[in-house]
Amino acid sequence: MSKKKEKANKPKKVILNQRFDDTFRQCIHNSNFMIGFFIILSVILIAVFSGVLEPYPYDEQMVGPRLEGPSWEHWFGTDNYGRDELSRVIEGSKLALWVAFLGASVELALGITIGLAMGYFGKWVDRTFSFLTDLTWCIPGTILALAVVTIIGKGLTNTIIAVSLVAWAGYARPVRSKTMSLKNMAFIETGRAFGESSRAIMFKYIFPNVVPSLIVMVSMNLPGTIMSTTTLSYLGLGSQPPSADWGLALSDGMKFISRAPWLSIYPGLALVYTTLGFNLLGEGLRDILDPHMKSQ
Amino acid sequence: MKEYIIKRLALGVVLVVAVSFLVFSLMYMMPGDPIDIMISDRVSEETKAEMAHKYGYDLPFFTQYFNWVKGVCHLDFGTSARYRQPVWSLLGARIPYSLRLCSLSLLVEMLFALPLGLLCAVKKDSWIDKFCVNVSLVLTAVPAFWFGTLLIVVFAVGLGWLPISGYQTPAHYILPVAAIAFTSVGSTLRITKAEVLEVLHEKYVTTAYAKGLPRKRVLVKHVLRNSLIIVVTLTFMSIPWMITGAVITEKIFAFPGMGNLLLNSIVVQDMPVVQAVLLIIAILTVICNLASDIITAFLDPRIKDTISGGEN
Repeated sequence: MSKKKEKANKPKKVILNQRFDDTFRQCIHNSNFMIGFFIILSVILIAVFSGVLEPYPYDEQMVGPRLEGPSWEHWFGTDNYGRDELSRVIEGSKLALWVAFLGASVELALGITIGLAMGYFGKWVDRTFSFLTDLTWCIPGTILALAVVTIIGKGLTNTIIAVSLVAWAGYARPVRSKTMSLKNMAFIETGRAFGESSRAIMFKYIFPNVVPSLIVMVSMNLPGTIMSTTTLSYLGLGSQPPSADWGLALSDGMKFISRAPWLSIYPGLALVYTTLGFNLLGEGLRDILDPHMKSQ
Repeated sequence: MKEYIIKRLALGVVLVVAVSFLVFSLMYMMPGDPIDIMISDRVSEETKAEMAHKYGYDLPFFTQYFNWVKGVCHLDFGTSARYRQPVWSLLGARIPYSLRLCSLSLLVEMLFALPLGLLCAVKKDSWIDKFCVNVSLVLTAVPAFWFGTLLIVVFAVGLGWLPISGYQTPAHYILPVAAIAFTSVGSTLRITKAEVLEVLHEKYVTTAYAKGLPRKRVLVKHVLRNSLIIVVTLTFMSIPWMITGAVITEKIFAFPGMGNLLLNSIVVQDMPVVQAVLLIIAILTVICNLASDIITAFLDPRIKDTISGGEN
């Protein structure tokens, strides 16, 4: 049995390599993908090397005068506690990536499991969760997340969880339809004939086929997750002071908008830069991996 | 067709009922006692119990829910714990402002997104198409609350042309409307473009050209007419998005609308108000989805065909 498998795998590997080469070439020639990729890469590098890049400790007060405009000492100016804004914006990149990572993980875990179950089992499982997705779409996501976060409590992690609890439906629906189209195919029948359990069929047979479109979905949905989380932080429900979260920084900056407008500008620019990076990456990936969905 | 509409309506009603239950139980799950919000800590336990009894907070969950639904049917959303006023009168004072803000924003958004989307599709790959698509890509990455802040920095603080916040004059509406409209214009433009392009590639458009019809006529009679369906659907579908944008924008511009009320009430856990606003938003969303489905079915004979089994 295992020998047979090996034999069967070999030519497949060559094809896979070829496919990988093709995809790689497509990636290089897709400007959206490349720009998005380098934006996200730069954000990741900034986050990783934040310790070296931050000119001052991000949470140290009075490293300069309060509310001073951008200068050579403080490129992005200082805030009302005399903290260096540039250091805080750099520190915020870590939080933004944490949001992206945790948000995507929770949404994927929920969305994939529920979507697979909906498509595979059909009947009441499908109907129940379809109704649930319809229901979550009755209230705009950010607002529903707002209500959820007041129940489970403030804080960045709770906010990410609340946003993901609302956003899983965006993954479940496409996974469901993909599963439904796959479940009657011959290789599933074969799996069943070999006595595989339902769970094994869902995760070992169907799931690998969903992965390409999932990659696209993640990069398309991430900007929304980051935006919702930042919005909740802006409203004071997410990250709490003295966190360097961009949303929180913007809401602090709003208090001094007439005296220190730079506090409202730089964290927002950083946020838009990151979101735009994910957007472009998503656009590019969609064109490359999911030609059916290709945007004209 | 009739069957389809009845089915959709029935689903809408079920959704509204389910959402009302969701909203009510969400509020029920919130930490904190509604009575504690109304009165100070120094009040004795007995008085608290009396208050709880008076407002029906001591009843079992389902009884509370049914009482609430009964009230809602008569536009009685209970009494705000914070303002000590009937919720409906609080809402009544704020709904006009939100309605004005949202409808203006929707109008501005559509005025920009639809013609530009059409133009981009017709003149695909021209510089104007590339420009619009890139700008809209950037705009979709801009959160409404930051765009509002930027507008304040530039036009209110920097240039001093427009007021920072308030609602008294028409000038007060310009910045909030711009903030909401321009952050949602990007996605609408892109969807419009994609849909129009799809129509352009339809066989009947090719046929129209093959018949020798002039380009202008094909665009107006065939493409534009079919694209109207998208316009209608998009208008209705973007309303829920707009509400989200408006909620936060109202907060930034200190605008006395429902969004501002919702956010302030969530912070102090003024549950009757939060319940009422959430329920109104949910009902609005359900109605919008329903309306877009039904109107699309009316406008697009192909959909009608599939619904009635292709008899007409």
